[in-house]
Amino acid sequence: MALGPEDVTLITGILAMTFRMSVPLIYGTIGETFAEKSGILNLGIEGMMLMGASAGFLVGYGTGDLWLGVAAAALTGAALGLVMAFLTVSMGAQQHVTGLGLTIACAGLSFYIYRITISEVGGVPPHVEPFATIPIPFLSQIPILGDSLFNQHALVYLALVLVPVAAFILFKTKIGLSIRAVGENPQAAATAGLDVFKIRYLCLVVAGALSAIGGAWLSLAQSGMFLPGLTQGRGWVSIALVVFANWSPFRVLGGALLFGGIDALQLSLQGLGLRIPYQLFLMMPYVLTIVALVAVSRRARAPAALLLSYKRED
Amino acid sequence: MQLLPKLSVEKRLLPSRRLTVAAPFVSTLVALAISAAPIYQGGVNPLYGYYQLLYGALGNKLALTETFVMFAPLLFTGISVALAFTCKFWNIGAEGQLYAGGLFAAFFAVYATSIPSVVAIPVMTVIGFLGGAGWAAIPAILKVKLKVDEVVTTLLGNWVMYYAVSAILFGPWRNPVTGWPESPAIAESTVYPILVPGSRFHMGIVVGLIVAVAYYIIIKRTKWGFELLAIGGNQRGAFASGINVPRQIILAALVSGGIAGLAGVSQVAGIHFHMKTDLSPGFGYTGVVIAMVGGLNPLGVVLASFLMAVIVQGTQAMHRATGVPWALAEVIQGIILLCLLVGIFYTKFKVRRVK
Repeated sequence: MALGPEDVTLITGILAMTFRMSVPLIYGTIGETFAEKSGILNLGIEGMMLMGASAGFLVGYGTGDLWLGVAAAALTGAALGLVMAFLTVSMGAQQHVTGLGLTIACAGLSFYIYRITISEVGGVPPHVEPFATIPIPFLSQIPILGDSLFNQHALVYLALVLVPVAAFILFKTKIGLSIRAVGENPQAAATAGLDVFKIRYLCLVVAGALSAIGGAWLSLAQSGMFLPGLTQGRGWVSIALVVFANWSPFRVLGGALLFGGIDALQLSLQGLGLRIPYQLFLMMPYVLTIVALVAVSRRARAPAALLLSYKRED
Repeated sequence: MQLLPKLSVEKRLLPSRRLTVAAPFVSTLVALAISAAPIYQGGVNPLYGYYQLLYGALGNKLALTETFVMFAPLLFTGISVALAFTCKFWNIGAEGQLYAGGLFAAFFAVYATSIPSVVAIPVMTVIGFLGGAGWAAIPAILKVKLKVDEVVTTLLGNWVMYYAVSAILFGPWRNPVTGWPESPAIAESTVYPILVPGSRFHMGIVVGLIVAVAYYIIIKRTKWGFELLAIGGNQRGAFASGINVPRQIILAALVSGGIAGLAGVSQVAGIHFHMKTDLSPGFGYTGVVIAMVGGLNPLGVVLASFLMAVIVQGTQAMHRATGVPWALAEVIQGIILLCLLVGIFYTKFKVRRVK
């Protein structure tokens, strides 16, 4: 069976969408991997993404410089990571409750700040010209793959670079070893001279900054505007994806492409007018993760100290 | 010269009782003080804003009954979460269990046209309870049998249930009359009666208070409640003293899910009369805030639910009067919880300056 030109366009379109859909998941999940590897489950991620989307859009829109927007998002996320760290590390508060509180506050605040800064005129939400695509010389000439993968926004390429960098840091460097040690056995790590508090603070700041960049990608690159609840639960998908990917950056990439692909397929099928309930696709990442959790339950490989607070247990 | 004072953190032998009681009140005041900044940024005098909030939630009969209408689902989800947290089953799935309860109740209520109210209302309520309990059963069994962490499974389950409800309501069960993504109207015999004429104050609010009393009796007066507290205090100790820990955790999860399911029933039968895709704007998550602010204590949870209802209802009034975006309600709720977590720290630890 030969592929007609329409088929090629369709496949290229779905592939390109797959890469784009997976980008916020890659940023969010790599950030979450750092947090969880150090022993902190960061349920604040959904709120951090929303704040990143909001702050990134407002600064990008206000200054006309999208990269300033991305930087503002990263700073906002890092600050929220500090709040999460202060409460869960220094105060020893329960991690899931803290994260949820942060998400509730940020979900409200992201829209609140947007609304009081920008008063809409005539019901048309303001928007920025999203990031332009940068075709990579030669590679972008490859059929199908060239148009979908090698003709993307800079933030897509950065996400692809982020994966090996994160894997290298976590598994090949001294700081990575310290992070994993703190996440597995903080008491032993402290005995070996590591500063458990400092390492967990660092990981949460990184997690906050990365997930906020993922959020900024949604407002600055994907849609060019900010809407309340724009993340549509991508923070929670990232939580699922960390587990699904077994806390490994390379598997995060695979999982993000899978989940992003499901999302892209769902949108394309809706566009074609097929009468398959698209909700079944949307629930797929969550179902797959729960199934994966059950499958690996007998040899659970979560960081051993995840959800446990250090020196502050009641 | 030292920039920051050196601090020593010491664990208290027992959590300070006085501080434990004071923490929610102080946290609420501090959170309101912090939230004054965004209100001021929005161009409104915070004192005037808060006056509008209180007046809009409590100022007249209509406002007060509407606050009670908001109170009902929050009370259910608050108790649901508190009960589960008592034995350290970290149920973050009240949102999904609420949807399951509403969906199951509606399955019955839509077709119960020929059944009299005295039968239909209790049956519908029980079915909704079972719906929520059934959805909570999955993470509970996974936790006990396979040691799968319930924080993640209950949280993700919310989305699975939400999309399942959405698929049903956009698909086979779409309202044939209006074409909206909502179920057909429930039978009139299953509608919760209005208890205050001329308002929306419905029976679900009373059901919620009955559940609150039941929660009090369970925790303070029954062996089961005592065992749940023991498991929450020290799981190994509870196991060693002969408590069937897995069984009690599963039971607590089922009852917790069932109570969250009642929130769904109450919304369907009390105010919407259809199963809807937007049945809850996050009541299940607010339930976690309520359970924590209420200190898992029955009276505390009732008060905290009412506080959150006042904030949600009052912020809408503040929005109408001053134009401040109503997303402020979430901001205040979230900050109250975060402040409370700092407060809880001080109930457990003493912080001293070291010279």
